[in-house]
Amino acid sequence: MKKKISNNMITYGMILLFYVIMQVMISTGSISSLLQGLLVPLCMYAIAAVSLNLVVGFSGELSLGQAGFMCVGAYASAFFTKLTEETLPEGPRFLIAILIGAVVAAIFGFLIGIPVLRLRGDYLAIVTLAFGEIIKNLVSVFHVGVDKSGIHFSVKDAASLNLDEEGRVLIDGPLGITGTPKNANFTIGIILLFLTVFIVLNLVNSRSGRAITAIRDNRIAAESIGLNVTKYKLMAFVISTALAGVAGVLYSHNLSTLNVKFFNYNTSILILVFVVLGGIGNVKGSIIAAILLTALPELLRELQDYRMLIYAILLIGMMLFNWAPSAIAFRERVKDKFKSNKKEAA
Amino acid sequence: MSFISYLINGISLGSIYAIIALGYTMVYGIAKMLNFAHGDVIMIGAFVVLNMVTLAGVNPIIAVLISMAVCTLLGMAIEKIAYKPLRNASSPLAVLITAIGVSYFLQNLALIIFGADAKSFPNLITLPSISLADGKLVITGTTIATIITCVIILLGLTFFVNKTKQGRAMKAVSEDKGAAMLMGINVNATISLTFAIGSGLAAIAGFLLCSAYPSLTPYTGAMPGIKAFTAAVFGGIGSIPGAMIGGILLGVIEILGKAYISSQVADAIVFAVLIIVLLVKPTGLFGKNIQEKV
Repeated sequence: MKKKISNNMITYGMILLFYVIMQVMISTGSISSLLQGLLVPLCMYAIAAVSLNLVVGFSGELSLGQAGFMCVGAYASAFFTKLTEETLPEGPRFLIAILIGAVVAAIFGFLIGIPVLRLRGDYLAIVTLAFGEIIKNLVSVFHVGVDKSGIHFSVKDAASLNLDEEGRVLIDGPLGITGTPKNANFTIGIILLFLTVFIVLNLVNSRSGRAITAIRDNRIAAESIGLNVTKYKLMAFVISTALAGVAGVLYSHNLSTLNVKFFNYNTSILILVFVVLGGIGNVKGSIIAAILLTALPELLRELQDYRMLIYAILLIGMMLFNWAPSAIAFRERVKDKFKSNKKEAA
Repeated sequence: MSFISYLINGISLGSIYAIIALGYTMVYGIAKMLNFAHGDVIMIGAFVVLNMVTLAGVNPIIAVLISMAVCTLLGMAIEKIAYKPLRNASSPLAVLITAIGVSYFLQNLALIIFGADAKSFPNLITLPSISLADGKLVITGTTIATIITCVIILLGLTFFVNKTKQGRAMKAVSEDKGAAMLMGINVNATISLTFAIGSGLAAIAGFLLCSAYPSLTPYTGAMPGIKAFTAAVFGGIGSIPGAMIGGILLGVIEILGKAYISSQVADAIVFAVLIIVLLVKPTGLFGKNIQEKV
């Protein structure tokens, strides 16, 4: 128990330390503008990775639709921000936008989770992937505009919205949402990351969290002692999608143009890479992997072309090393050798 | 008339999905894993044909044969290096994530070797078009070749699985690995053979796909791969006729959806089919129901 608490403290401390170091570097000007521009995306990727780790690591299901839920959060919040740009002050507006992003993504997660979580393993992976693609597909045909008479809606094009002269197009189909104010900054990103980690760690160490991991380890045994499998799986999934929505909010309020191209299958995979390389079920690892793997290739420009290839090799190597029975046996042998050497030395 | 022409286009696209789906369904049946990299083997196959024909000036038929050989070896190598060590892993996610890693690897390798820009695929199928009903309905040579190839593959594979020794060994391994081993079947070789056949078919699918939609990028295989998996699930995973019928139905649904509803949401319709099938009848049209025992 104590070990768990100190481990959690290390995670929080690490985020704080990262923040302080970055802030010091910003104030002394010893940070390149390139890296400075990466700070919010770093937080976004870290939040997304932690949220995916909740599903992959603790619930034991592979979800490949994380980018789709980020997309929902990004669009819902950016839509709200654009809609109330002139009526609400910046601070509360962004706060509400974050909540809206999380809630709408959670609603989608809930609706999608109910049918999908009946499936397992490969099927669940492919269906979440399919949902991610469906979300992306549908979002890119929406055109929404607003004028005095209210909100207009069309699936054809911006012209068929029939807006009056003062009307504004909010969502322009494949072009997405443009001109979202840049409300996100590094401090807010870190606060959100902190909250995400807090939520996930508290959930994992709670009664519900233990139920979730019990279901992961043996579904039938968990079911037979009376755990409600669907409820706990859904709980982990919905919380994960809500947090992914928050990551989406950071994305949409950091760039002035938002379109669905970013939220494709490859982004989902990239987040999965962070989770696997950081250690499945290891929250701290997810954050470190997300930060390092996002920042390093941007800093080492020469590696840019080979970045994804290296990730792929690392991903395969990591899985083989960690999960292959022969590799596990090999590790055991090496460990035994070390132990016996130590004994001899003593 | 336009409906019939859409229908034929749909069957043609569906035939390509069916050939890809055969690879998925056989591998899933025997190794109980979703080979995510299958779609990318298609892409590699198409690149091999393209480079053989445009750079080396090889005869198209020989180019396809070389591409089949390359993909067969690639499929076997992938199985040997990435999947076999994980066959008895404690977590079912391990091999799935590895398969995603392999897919990611092939895409990015192709990106570095061939570049990100779309290559236009030459029209290598020289069959004449058929025009029916006073030229109102034109069936292109590519369409005819695709459908004929698909039928030949289906017949050949059905014969192979049911009548030959290796084919029956495949069926035995997919039913019960342990019992098959006791019967003296070389399980490793059989699984390897399954990957080899599936990947060889992927090369043909890659060639046909790029002949029908002549634009080739490192990401060309990913989407058709996922859709073909949908087709395999639709028809019932592990079933060869199921993969065929699932593939053709899916192709028809996609083309009709594109034509009559919206070209932008056609993919969404295809995936909606997958979700509905999995929720209503998770074993697919021809699948067997397997009860989970404690």
